[in-house]
Amino acid sequence: MLAVEFNAVTFRYEDMLMRFDLAVEVGECMALIGPSGAGKSTLLNLIAGFEEPLSGRIKLLGVDVTGWPPARRPVTMVFQDHNLFAHLTLFDNVALGIDPGLRLKKEDSARVEAALAEVGLVDLGHRKPEQVSGGERQRAALARSLVRNRPLLLLDEPFAALGPKLRREMIDLVNALRRARGLTVLFVSHQPEDARHGADRVAFIQAGQVRRVAPTADFFAEPRPDDVAAYLGEAEG
Amino acid sequence: MDGGLSLTRMRASSLSGALIAGIAANAAIILLIGGSLAALLLSATDIDLGSVLADSYIRHVIGFTVWQASLSTLLSVGLGVPVARALARHPSFPGRDLLRAIFALPFLTPVIVAIFGVVAIYGVGGWLNRGLAFLDLPHGFYLYGLKGILIAHVFFNLPLVVTLLLPRFEAVPADSWRLAAQLGMGSWAVFRVIELPLLREAVPNISLLVFLLCFVSFAVVLALGGGPAATTLEVAIYQALRFDFDLGRAVSLALLQLAIGAILVGVSRAFERPMQLMPKLRLTAPRPDATGPVGRAIDIAILVIAGLFVALPLLTVIIEGAIGPIRWMLSSKLLQHSALRSLMIASLASLLCLCLALALAASNRHRPRRRKNRWVAGLQAASIGGLIVSPLALGTGLFLLFRPVVDQPWVGYALVIAMNAIMALPFGLPALSQAMFDAASEDDRLCATLGISGWSRMRLIDWPKLRKPIGLCLGLAFSLALGDLSAIALFGRDDMATLPLLLYQQMGAYRMAEANATAVLLLILSFLSFGAITGIMGRHARR
Repeated sequence: MLAVEFNAVTFRYEDMLMRFDLAVEVGECMALIGPSGAGKSTLLNLIAGFEEPLSGRIKLLGVDVTGWPPARRPVTMVFQDHNLFAHLTLFDNVALGIDPGLRLKKEDSARVEAALAEVGLVDLGHRKPEQVSGGERQRAALARSLVRNRPLLLLDEPFAALGPKLRREMIDLVNALRRARGLTVLFVSHQPEDARHGADRVAFIQAGQVRRVAPTADFFAEPRPDDVAAYLGEAEG
Repeated sequence: MDGGLSLTRMRASSLSGALIAGIAANAAIILLIGGSLAALLLSATDIDLGSVLADSYIRHVIGFTVWQASLSTLLSVGLGVPVARALARHPSFPGRDLLRAIFALPFLTPVIVAIFGVVAIYGVGGWLNRGLAFLDLPHGFYLYGLKGILIAHVFFNLPLVVTLLLPRFEAVPADSWRLAAQLGMGSWAVFRVIELPLLREAVPNISLLVFLLCFVSFAVVLALGGGPAATTLEVAIYQALRFDFDLGRAVSLALLQLAIGAILVGVSRAFERPMQLMPKLRLTAPRPDATGPVGRAIDIAILVIAGLFVALPLLTVIIEGAIGPIRWMLSSKLLQHSALRSLMIASLASLLCLCLALALAASNRHRPRRRKNRWVAGLQAASIGGLIVSPLALGTGLFLLFRPVVDQPWVGYALVIAMNAIMALPFGLPALSQAMFDAASEDDRLCATLGISGWSRMRLIDWPKLRKPIGLCLGLAFSLALGDLSAIALFGRDDMATLPLLLYQQMGAYRMAEANATAVLLLILSFLSFGAITGIMGRHARR
């Protein structure tokens, strides 16, 4: 069984027709890289259900979820920004993952605290998002993903605003959580070194298509195919 | 100072030029407002405020003023919130742009024209009663009094509430809606987690604004109040001054009005706090809570009712006017003269308003660098806040100041023009001030580096950016002055009738056909002039 399976999934964004074929193994961490506007975020949005394909089927964990609303899919996604509601505390923001109306049972509070502790936010639950750092905000978003208990974790550049060291730490945290809970992770990044640092496999996306998928070491090994070399040349200088 | 010697000199000279203009404008406004306030206070020395407050009629007037303003606010906000929410829930549907255009119309509709439309629909012989009679239903709906005042106030303020509230809804980032969809939030959860906090931030300020506007509402109460039982302070001032010739009572009422208004403005300032929002990202995401059939049906019903409520009075004016007395309109000398007089007053008043606004905004431009200007800005805010509080109180002060010569026609015209310019300032200044401040903070360093200053800076950098807000300021001031009834009612004489005054007199005399022609003409002139001014000024701005 595959965690994600795209069979000839098409999608139109303005003038650009995209066509995706993709297979993601259960439990792996896959990085999606490629130029801006290539369709990386669209691919995640299709998995999460924020966009619906023009044609083709999307299977998650062996179940065809095409047409399902986002909340029903076995997926949780962390965005680049706006993951938290500014007027709610970190605790409440995480608790939304348990009940979207914030009606918590007794044992739920303990779950929220445990998730906050797991991402390294002990004692910060009472703070508002504006009172913590950018990295801590994204940690809180990860904690909410944990309490939602979904097997698929999608990351749409949530660490883009962080420095290189902090980014590596966050990727390590994601991988630790993945191993502990048996999650499958897909993350979009503009930084090839993120993929190199933390991904099992890399999918290279260009012009609305998945051009190649390879284990990380193979993907970055020289000599590189022209399109990958052109992209990495521009990204790595 | 940084930069070369010539640059320093140029900068200093342009700065002082702006500063001089600003001081002149501030001085003009402070003289007019301060002068009239001083005149009020001086003549109030022999008035016993205790006995004024003990007067049961005045107590009744104060009570009714607060009561009608509270009810108007409750209705406008109570109806405006669901309308804004329904519009926000459906970011694209056929007719949405039309609906938003309809909601923009009341801003440009002269108050007295809207009143005419309201009477044509809800009045004794109006559409409502005729429709009820046709259906053999009880049809004695009597408009005048509290009901009429509330209908007219909701007509003006419901669209205002929607217009102020909708951007708050739209500023919720698209990712929040994705998040809500992912977490499976239903309507109730979305309301509690996203919309309620947003409303808690926005609604108090908006309510206070609406309350203030209804509190000082003049023309609506004058025309639809229907008698001493339904009189507000503004109308009582007018009646004391123009009908009872009781200057003492006018002064004490004006001071009372100013005092209550100042308290209200103070309260609104105290409650004012910035909304917490993360940086805007102009992306739209479908809202997860807007797909249910029941919610959708309710939204449609709300939008249709609100749209009809605002559109019908205006439509009536145009339909009945188009069917009826267009020929009379074209042949009536009275109407033509009134129209010309209105256009002249509006032109001069809007130009004066623009000059004042430009000077004030230019002197504000360098605000952060000069500490001394802070109290000037404070004074300016106070004076403008005070203006919203009571045009009639200002008018009473002016009346006192110019009492010896107020019968001269040119004095009357000058006072009407000055009062209109000042009354339009609180509406025209903010857009301009913000645009100039933004332009300054964006371009100052670059212009200093390149040595662009003075006239070239005005022509190359500032004018292209500012012509649109200048047009908006001018257009708003023109439209407001064109529809003004307060200033002309105070200072106008029988041979100075403007279109609003003529319309008011015709309605008072139940000459409805003639009133209709006047209403159509005034409405069309108001829309056309605003469209023309903003259109011409904004034409090249897009390039």
